[in-house]
Amino acid sequence: MKSAVLVFPGINRERDMARALKLASGRDAAMVWHAETALPKGTDLVVVPGGFSYGDYLRCGAIAARSPVMDAVRKFAADGGLVLGVCNGFQILCESGLLPGVLMRNARLKFICKDVHLRVERSDTPFTRGYNAGQVIRVPVAHGEGNYEADEETVQRLEDEGRVLYRYCSADGVVDEASNINGAAHSIAGIVSARGNVLGMMPHPENHVEDIMGCTDGRGLFAGLVAHLEKAA
Amino acid sequence: MKARVTVTLKSGILDPQGKAIEGALKSLGVDGVASVRQGKVFDIELSGADRAKAEAALKDAADKLLANTVIENYRVELL
Repeated sequence: MKSAVLVFPGINRERDMARALKLASGRDAAMVWHAETALPKGTDLVVVPGGFSYGDYLRCGAIAARSPVMDAVRKFAADGGLVLGVCNGFQILCESGLLPGVLMRNARLKFICKDVHLRVERSDTPFTRGYNAGQVIRVPVAHGEGNYEADEETVQRLEDEGRVLYRYCSADGVVDEASNINGAAHSIAGIVSARGNVLGMMPHPENHVEDIMGCTDGRGLFAGLVAHLEKAA
Repeated sequence: MKARVTVTLKSGILDPQGKAIEGALKSLGVDGVASVRQGKVFDIELSGADRAKAEAALKDAADKLLANTVIENYRVELL
């Protein structure tokens, strides 16, 4: 798996992400500066990491989404390439038009930094094949704007097409209001594009991949991507 | 030429910041506040004097960057 991690001013999770990718694939990820106009040759996964690109000025992810490298990412995605956006990366993918909807201020206004439980809704995608459908995983979140919203028609289409891959839930997998930490529509934590090759999610699977982190539930996502790309190769 | 672009949330979009401001105004005892919706104002200086061109450029700016038209409306004014 040849991954490229995008780096914008104000991003701060790119090294965590690169470490998780190395752990899963055995290869160093290429770090790609936002002003680049092309991705490294042979890239088969683009990762937009978390952080505070451009200090969250204007709207979270808005300015990063208009940077030169995103044109290359749009083209890469249009050709079917895999794109993963985490946290600020999810916001950037929404702002860039690669995913529908928007991440609004958390419903209760607070920045939320804690472990949450996610229900994996299906296992037959590159981004979830390392898990079983219905499996509950524990991963951290750290965001102030993670409240996923889209118009009713769009949310319904996401549901009908099975594009909600991760949902906030209780420790035993129940999706309810109490576990919906930020007020997201339908407890949405992660969605894929219509073609299924672009995933955006608010939680940080890259921060639960080693024993020293106290939990390794995030490994499945990266292992699944490696397995998918090996099979495709 | 001076211009102002005002960006507001579409009606029906939850505005927790507006709600918090509304609550603060009420607790300050400001009279008669029924509800608050917050937004953004951009004061922009344009070179050139063609008003039609300026308006087109400002709309372009709002569509491309200043507003997220999924959740926001905008208004362009030449001052």
